[in-house]
Amino acid sequence: MYSVNEIKKGLEEKEFSTVEIVREYLEKIKKKDDKIKSFITLREEEALKEAEETDKKIASGKKLKILEGIPIGLKDNIATKGLKTTCSSKILEDFIPPYDAGAAIKIKEKGGIILGKLNMDEFAMGSSTENSAFFDTKNPWDLERVPGGSSGGSAAAVSAGFAPITYGSDTGGSVRIPASFCGVVGLKPTYGLVSRYGLIALASSLDQIGPFGKSVEDCIYGLKGVQGFDEKDSTSKDVKMPDYFKEIKKGIKGLKVGVPEEFFAHGIDKEVKEKVEYNIKILEKLGAHVEKFSLPITATGLSAYYIVSSAEASSNLGRYDGVRYGVRTDEYKSFKELIVKSRTEGFGEEVKRRIMLGTYALSSGYYDAYYKRAMIFRKKVEKLFDEAFEKYDVVVSPTLPVLPFKLGEKRSNPMEMYLSDTFTVNINLAGIPAVSVPAGFSKEGLPIGIQFIGDKFREDILFRFAYALEQEIKLNLNPWKEGR
Amino acid sequence: MGAYETVIGLEIHVELGTKSKIFCGCSTKFGSKANENTCPVCIGLPGVMPVLNEKVVELAVKAGQAINCKINKINKTDRKNYFYPDLPKAYQISQFDMPVCSDGYLELGDKFQGKKVGITRIHIEEDAGKLIHLEDEDVTLIDYNRAGVPLVEIVTEPDIRSAEEAYNFLKKLRNILVYSEISDCKMEEGSLRCDANISIRKVGSDVLNTKVEIKNMNSFKEVHKALLKEEKRQLELYRYGEEHKIVQETRRWDAGKGRTITMRTKEDAHDYRYFPEPDLPPMILEKKYIDDIKSSIPELPMKKMERFVRDYGLLQKDAEVIIDEKSTADYFEDLVLKTKDPKESSNWLITEVLRSLKEYDEIPVTSKQLSELIKEIKSGSISRNAGKKVFDKMCTSDKMPEKVIIELGLKQISSEGELEKIVGEILDNNIEAVEDFKSGKGKAFGFLMGQSMKATKGKANPGVVKKLLEEKLKK
Repeated sequence: MYSVNEIKKGLEEKEFSTVEIVREYLEKIKKKDDKIKSFITLREEEALKEAEETDKKIASGKKLKILEGIPIGLKDNIATKGLKTTCSSKILEDFIPPYDAGAAIKIKEKGGIILGKLNMDEFAMGSSTENSAFFDTKNPWDLERVPGGSSGGSAAAVSAGFAPITYGSDTGGSVRIPASFCGVVGLKPTYGLVSRYGLIALASSLDQIGPFGKSVEDCIYGLKGVQGFDEKDSTSKDVKMPDYFKEIKKGIKGLKVGVPEEFFAHGIDKEVKEKVEYNIKILEKLGAHVEKFSLPITATGLSAYYIVSSAEASSNLGRYDGVRYGVRTDEYKSFKELIVKSRTEGFGEEVKRRIMLGTYALSSGYYDAYYKRAMIFRKKVEKLFDEAFEKYDVVVSPTLPVLPFKLGEKRSNPMEMYLSDTFTVNINLAGIPAVSVPAGFSKEGLPIGIQFIGDKFREDILFRFAYALEQEIKLNLNPWKEGR
Repeated sequence: MGAYETVIGLEIHVELGTKSKIFCGCSTKFGSKANENTCPVCIGLPGVMPVLNEKVVELAVKAGQAINCKINKINKTDRKNYFYPDLPKAYQISQFDMPVCSDGYLELGDKFQGKKVGITRIHIEEDAGKLIHLEDEDVTLIDYNRAGVPLVEIVTEPDIRSAEEAYNFLKKLRNILVYSEISDCKMEEGSLRCDANISIRKVGSDVLNTKVEIKNMNSFKEVHKALLKEEKRQLELYRYGEEHKIVQETRRWDAGKGRTITMRTKEDAHDYRYFPEPDLPPMILEKKYIDDIKSSIPELPMKKMERFVRDYGLLQKDAEVIIDEKSTADYFEDLVLKTKDPKESSNWLITEVLRSLKEYDEIPVTSKQLSELIKEIKSGSISRNAGKKVFDKMCTSDKMPEKVIIELGLKQISSEGELEKIVGEILDNNIEAVEDFKSGKGKAFGFLMGQSMKATKGKANPGVVKKLLEEKLKK
């Protein structure tokens, strides 16, 4: 379909109207999402009405805001006022929030037109979107494969051309993993750069909303649409960010790249490894200084991540008790029975598994052995990254150790599923930003992603690398055989 | 039984006097329509986040300083996880290992030789909602107006040795909190709630034996009663060698039946799975912030009492009565300012004014009314007894005493000319009494006084009457 710049230009030069654009996207979704299954809820009528308003604005010659008229998709854990927000869970099947998430407010204020809500792993727990209580989303590059997760719907929708920008949330890789699998650009911003208010929490100290785009520029538009301080989120930060569009033109000549050896070690798919190493060579060719170093955090980081995130999740998900909203069991004789039965019926397997894991990790007698140790390791990860960024402008790795796997392949083996997150979780533990950029394809034609990791609030550097690489390798990212 | 002593520690929950809740902008007003003061944040809808009301920290720091606590520089919150329908998020945001204040003390009154009761800690937390069980139907309703109302929990050391000391401690603590405008401390509205831990041990021992927690005491008097009752129950078990029957449990005080009943035992104790609240970054309290709050604490009850004794010459026992309620003490100071007569002001306060408080919720007579009344009495315009009648009348009227005196016809007759005539008549009509007096029976003088007062319906100035009688009887 179109890039954000193409839409902006078309609207400004009155090549087409906003209504036409929005209708075109909606029609494409209706025609093709049967195959992909990325949307849970479509917001047709309101989107077209908002498009009409935008057209009136354009006709009256008013200055257009940054996302004006741009079709947007949101992961279904970002609260939208008056629009069903399910977290892909049965327990919130009919939940309609009476408020907008901080990010949704910013998107609306900046003129974005929300087309609908996108499928995900239930409560963002998963790496394949197979944990959705409603249906599986397919990888647009191979309909028998998973799109990655947990923001699989958001990544697949951008890849399939259902919206130029979508948003997901990334707690341990949930934006970068599906971005890599679907061959799109996906950013996990610095913790605190985007408001978490109204993002239905998985793990509050790790969650961050991030944008998807087919190009680095679209991804930048996505970030600019939501970044910035929100007084309703006490963990959001007020930081002045540079103009990314200016920054990306600077290139990467002279910048220093650290390559952590452990991120290329055993267990990694050979094709993934080779493709990423090939791309690193390109970075060198573009003038960056590349150096290997040791960052021994992958294995322990994964354990620490699953303890911390499950602990927080076990607490965050306590509120789904059937008392005030969401699914309530039909028959019960006591408070206890009401709560136990509602949760048993409302939650899926993976959610229950993590609630138990997290509850255990926080229990008296086990707290020190699990949660506390994990938090100590978390501090160490932060410190090691701090040290790395004293030496390097960016750290580079594969986004995942594996290629997109088949639907059902890992569904029954949670441990193997968790291993897909090995290269992404430490970034969330450290609170730093990282972006997954398409690096090429496997022999079978499956997308492979490269991950650029940066220091806190240095999204500008990440975009410089992502853009430099993108412009150099110029991949065809359209998964449809019949053209866009 | 003198060989045993009682060991008591208290946990007091106090609602802080902020206008809005601890993590959202909802009102904390008591008595609103059910669920009127709620929003997505305080009913815990998905994705919403708390924003700490800084006033809560300020008031907690103030409370800590008022009872001699150390103020901790890092103010971190934690989640206390448990399921209950009145707790919307299934966790309470509280403080676990780093409370705002710790290591303080409060001094008991003179009666207890100024004994110090240690304060272990003060921490901030949010209140839960309220369940309403319908009587006739099998239905429970939930009112979340109270969910998110800010609380401090004040925990004492097990330093209290009797129900009496506990009662005195609570009164002292409440006074301090009301004086410092930290809370209105109304137990009947639930803005102050007290749980007590109690155990028994041999005198001289410093072990802490199995304790029982008592809940649901709705006034300080109930705390006193419940502790006496529980003390008695435990002592009896010790007396019969059955102290093993004292188990760690929570007992509910049933005020109607006057006894405690088992609520839950140790086996059903919760594991609250505390961990740091990730939605709220720790707040660092700067020294200046702490010092500024300290200097904002007004004069506390003990200091005020000392000043009343020193500057106004009050008896300590009178001063103690006056400072017992901040509003009464403020009234008193206002009255003294107007009358310039502390002694007389204090007399009126501890008699008529306090008596009126048994009938009215607040002092029904303004300090201006009362000061005018005191002036009328001092000027001899009315008698002290008539003054009490004027006071009673003013309780239901905002008229000034001058008007009330006229309306009630209480103006005192002080004119010697007028009274001389009356006294003369009394003497003429009671020759026998006059004779008695002259023959040395002093009692007769009182009778003649009484007759003169009666003749004027009590309006005669007794001083003048006395003077006239003495003069005439000497003749």
